[in-house]
Amino acid sequence: MIRKLIPLAIFLVMAIFLGIGLTLDPKKLPSPLIDKPLPVFSLPRLLEPARQLGSSDLKNEVVLLNVWASWCASCRIEHPWFVQAAQRQLIPIYGLNYKDSRKEGTQWLQQLGNPYLASAFDESGDVGIELGVYGVPETFLIDRLGIVRYKHVGPVTETVWQQELKPRVDALRQER
Amino acid sequence: MWRIFLLLWVAMPALAIDTFSFDNAQQQQRFQKLSEELRCLVCQNQSLADSNAELALDLRKKVYDRVIAGQTDEQIKTYLLDRYGDFVLYKPTVKPVTYVLWFGPLGLLLLALFILYRVARRKPEADPSDDVAANQRTIKQMIDEVSKPE
Repeated sequence: MIRKLIPLAIFLVMAIFLGIGLTLDPKKLPSPLIDKPLPVFSLPRLLEPARQLGSSDLKNEVVLLNVWASWCASCRIEHPWFVQAAQRQLIPIYGLNYKDSRKEGTQWLQQLGNPYLASAFDESGDVGIELGVYGVPETFLIDRLGIVRYKHVGPVTETVWQQELKPRVDALRQER
Repeated sequence: MWRIFLLLWVAMPALAIDTFSFDNAQQQQRFQKLSEELRCLVCQNQSLADSNAELALDLRKKVYDRVIAGQTDEQIKTYLLDRYGDFVLYKPTVKPVTYVLWFGPLGLLLLALFILYRVARRKPEADPSDDVAANQRTIKQMIDEVSKPE
């Protein structure tokens, strides 16, 4: 009797593993940057080219760094959430304007609202590569010491905030 | 019609070509080899060499700069690994996390061979009806019983 159940058992194990495989998103890659300091960078700001925004500015507070571009369709999806989050003062949000033109990036903020304390202007995409950016939008969660603690690839929505980001933000704020 | 397809297929690898110039053939070969061993993160089933994605272009440039600067293959791979993780390598490095990936198939093969060996060696279960001697005895008994005088 038990012998006869073996093929069924093998089938079930395979079905479970294949099922898990189906629910995984192959576009979500683990970032080697997690728990490492944010790579050092300094870039002109998008709206104030004379001033710099760099890794040293993203310290002393738990912050989000959102990589965005005016040419990126999914950024348009998540943008209203960021605008709202800024209004609700959920968390300080910085931007990295990735491989964009200053004109279009600025227009985008004027039209859709600017939730960012400041956006760094990464025209060449070099800082993006340092951060391991492979698909905008990407959002990094950075702790008080300037260490990357989490990265979300894809649009941030209220669900993503509630389930993935907020619990981590709350925990990081408890840390001393 | 199929000739056109064949032509396209032959021409495909030549599509993603940049205007990089090299000091010598060896550098060019190294660059070519590296960009074939590295995976494009945007279109995940293409190598950096094959892909025309913007990021692949940028990363090819990074690889090129480093080849020209005289970095070793190892240094260049580490540079990308530190930023993008194991996924950039078509051949991930052997380490505890990738053991299953590297040795899993061999393990499964050994397991299959072991099961095959067990199944092949197993003696067929004795079927009582095949035991000629026992059958003969039973028949003899029956005959004896029938032929026994009352």
